[in-house]
Amino acid sequence: MTELVADLGVARDDFTLDLGLQIGAGEVVALLGPNGAGKSTALRTLAGLLQLTSGQITIAGRIVADSVSGVHLAPHERPIGVVFQDYLLFPHLTILDNVAFGPLVRGLDRSEARRRAAAWLARVGIAELAGVKPRSVSGGQAQRVALARALAAEPRLLLLDEPLAALDAKTHLLVRTEVRRHLGDFPGATLLVTHDPIDAAVLADRLVVIEHGRVVQQGLPQEVARRPLTDYVARLVGLNLLAGRGQGHRVLLPSGGSVELAESAFGDVYIAFRPAAVSLFVHRPDGSPRNLWAGRIAALEPHGEGVRVEIAEAPDRSSSIFGRDHPVGRCGP
Amino acid sequence: MKRATRTRANGRPWQSRTPLLLAAPAAVALLFLVLPLVGLVIRAPWTDAAAVLSSAGALQALKLSMITATIAVIIVLLIGVPLAWVLARPGLRGASLLRALITIPLVLPPVVGGVALFTVLGRSGLLGRPLYQLTGFAFPFTPYAVVLAQVFVALPFLVLSVEGALRAADRRYEEAASTLGARPVTVFRRITLPLIGPGIAAGAVLAWARALGEFGATITFAGSFPGTTRTMPLEVYLALETDPGSALLLSVLLLGVSVAVLALLRERWVSRW
Repeated sequence: MTELVADLGVARDDFTLDLGLQIGAGEVVALLGPNGAGKSTALRTLAGLLQLTSGQITIAGRIVADSVSGVHLAPHERPIGVVFQDYLLFPHLTILDNVAFGPLVRGLDRSEARRRAAAWLARVGIAELAGVKPRSVSGGQAQRVALARALAAEPRLLLLDEPLAALDAKTHLLVRTEVRRHLGDFPGATLLVTHDPIDAAVLADRLVVIEHGRVVQQGLPQEVARRPLTDYVARLVGLNLLAGRGQGHRVLLPSGGSVELAESAFGDVYIAFRPAAVSLFVHRPDGSPRNLWAGRIAALEPHGEGVRVEIAEAPDRSSSIFGRDHPVGRCGP
Repeated sequence: MKRATRTRANGRPWQSRTPLLLAAPAAVALLFLVLPLVGLVIRAPWTDAAAVLSSAGALQALKLSMITATIAVIIVLLIGVPLAWVLARPGLRGASLLRALITIPLVLPPVVGGVALFTVLGRSGLLGRPLYQLTGFAFPFTPYAVVLAQVFVALPFLVLSVEGALRAADRRYEEAASTLGARPVTVFRRITLPLIGPGIAAGAVLAWARALGEFGATITFAGSFPGTTRTMPLEVYLALETDPGSALLLSVLLLGVSVAVLALLRERWVSRW
């Protein structure tokens, strides 16, 4: 069953979001994109914090927003739960009362709400923090509280806004594993907004990549990684991506360069290759690599164990590619 | 020795020496504020203290002042916090005009405020006349008039203070509460109010102090009848004409009560979480 069916059109001063989303029960979809792509706008619109300019949102079979009929249910009337980027735990309430807040305002009596909250705290492994105030818990603990608080209200659509972005590297991995487990148990639909492709790939069943308010690619994480369709996606997943016109074993690039292929291709094609497949030489090498380009090193950045090298003006004047250098046996300032 | 110096400075932010150009006027300002209070305490005829302070007139005035100021602050809270909330709503049209209107009682001479209250709530005022014709009741020269005058002068203090607190507060907590299913009224009661609690407390203390010291609007609109409208400031002023010594003592009493209340509330309300 499809828990969320959304056709989001939001027009703001200098920006238009146009996004179709469908998420099934138990499914986790990651909305991936660069800053300013419209990820947060989409999330806030689904939550009811922003109004639709055009389109319709249906959650669990109920229309919660519709631009034609003018329906706009307020956030508190929608069956949603939101985990905000900086958690927004209520500073004046204890951890237990933070988690009990949803059940309480949705009609449970105080003791029943607290009982449910305590069960959720136990489930996310922080039962011992029930009585403390948010200011004295760590980032990872606050993340768990925020997730428990959203889930305790028993939403049908769970919205996560960069849920791991505020965590340090070590906590990040740990919490990600836990979040994955809890999302696995959650029966409703989940939309995860993130700019981290690895978080997206680990947590989500399906990726939706948006740029400038529009979907540029969607599919299973491995499909997206294997066949990136835009420069952004390619960079994101660490691949080089060139667009050109295939003429058999050669692809012509828009501004004059060309790439030789082992197999043949015709028509408009994308060429993707891993930076590790690119070898760098200071002098013109002997032998005959299939593709040989002269370029200029534009940037160096550490990437995992090696260094990512951005090479400008290769394969042609208007493009650049990434190579990867392993500084084995070499070191220096 | 080097170590001792370092330990002493440990962790403290570096600060330049205060320039004389700032230190001198700052000292003048401080003296100007404190000296009159010192003078009050020094010149008060303490030997007469017991007699003056336990006189029927003084106790009556003090009691009236405390009761009316407290009622005034309760009214100010009940109507001022919602006004501040409306004023702080993002995107409110005409907000700056509203804010200017609210500020007027702050800059208006209180006597003018009293006259203005007369034109509306006096026996022949805009609202006062129909009220008098209907019920035979008129506000002027009653304790109610004292409270009204105090509310008029104290309300802006609370509204501006609470509005400031609302603007400084992170409104996204309210969004978070609404996504958890809380209706707007619930959000206000359970999230907004506690978050701006310190701002409300500060505003209420300011308003209470302003109400306690109110003189001009009170004497104009409520008159000066012992036991019903003669508050402490009025009592002090009247005493000054007949017995300056007891005026000093009454002033010290009023000063003491104000400071005691401020200190007490500060203890309770600073750093709630």
